[in-house]
Amino acid sequence: MVTITATLDLDRAREVASRVVDPEIPVLTIADLGILREVRAVSGRVVAIITPTYSGCPAMIQIADDLRSALGAAGFDEVEVKTVHDPPWTTNWITPEGVDKLASFGIAPPGDEIVCPRCRSGSSRVVSRFGSTACKALMACSSCGEPFDHFKEF
Amino acid sequence: MSEPIISTAPQGAPTPDPSDPVRALVAHADDNLILAQRLGEWISRAPELEEDIAIGNIALDHLGVARALYTHAGQLEGKERTEDDFAMRRPEREFLNVLLVEQPNGDFAQTMVRGLFFDAYQVELWADLSVSEDTTLAGIAGRALKEARYHLLHSSTWVIRLGDGTDESHTRAQTAVDTLWRYTAELFEGAASGYHDIWEKVVNDILDEARLQIPDDPYQRGGGRRGFHSEHLGPLLAEMQWMQHSHPGQEW
Repeated sequence: MVTITATLDLDRAREVASRVVDPEIPVLTIADLGILREVRAVSGRVVAIITPTYSGCPAMIQIADDLRSALGAAGFDEVEVKTVHDPPWTTNWITPEGVDKLASFGIAPPGDEIVCPRCRSGSSRVVSRFGSTACKALMACSSCGEPFDHFKEF
Repeated sequence: MSEPIISTAPQGAPTPDPSDPVRALVAHADDNLILAQRLGEWISRAPELEEDIAIGNIALDHLGVARALYTHAGQLEGKERTEDDFAMRRPEREFLNVLLVEQPNGDFAQTMVRGLFFDAYQVELWADLSVSEDTTLAGIAGRALKEARYHLLHSSTWVIRLGDGTDESHTRAQTAVDTLWRYTAELFEGAASGYHDIWEKVVNDILDEARLQIPDDPYQRGGGRRGFHSEHLGPLLAEMQWMQHSHPGQEW
């Protein structure tokens, strides 16, 4: 008799999970954003642990769904997505790569110095503190006049 | 508080145990859910597009906090109650929100003054709870604190602009303060009593800058934290819970 012990390929599960993108800002993965905290194996199941960004971010539901389907499609049959609130997420958790991707997507990254993603001017004004998603404010560049999104410091 | 709180609760109503952690979580969740529902009524009718987006975003923040707190309360309680059970399947008498959040939106000034009173309170509340021994609550509160500060920046900016604005906007803002002041003492019942003085200072500074006066009338109302509400909560719940009453157990 041959006993086959199925071992979970955790590295692969981590890779699949970290490639899931933010539905609102699809250039960023949830790993770039620091939303994906951990992927671990618990008695044959894959457990992905995520931390919500803003309380009101509706993308979190989509992200949990996308994680389950991406891992499912990669052959992981038993997947659990756990939400952990402590410690709370902060924009400091966005990776340097994530910050670069934000800027190239036309969104000024969080930080004290807000630079127009189009003309690189450091001079801008707030049009609306609340923007198209919970994480963004709407700015207008004082040099080129173009409006742009700013990922709020949080 | 030196002023007496006149309760809407009938004589002989049972006094709940204020130290019950599940009850406290549900009370805070109810504040957020009911205010989210009220703010949602503004969507598509705010004075300008940016305000429509701002109020919608603030409502979503409150809704998100309510959901996290209900889920946590259900886990602590251990009776498998879900966020939907709390939000959609409880009658009015079981809602523990303060009366302030269920008051009608009124005009834009009234909504912004309500926001000022409530946001300034939540900044103190979340700062306190963000160091709670309950680490899940501390995490939810730590995030909500940053949001509450942002909400306060929004509401206080508008209260100053309206109060120190035209005769018309000043009159409306003062009417809003006169109408809503009586619902503020209730925010500081029980465990929240320690935040009152700092809250009063923050609010007074904003009202001073806005050239608005606190009414002389010491009359204050309460009862919401024990489930005794004003006439405004019932219709709000009827609308919010209609789908679950019509199709019990329905899920997305």
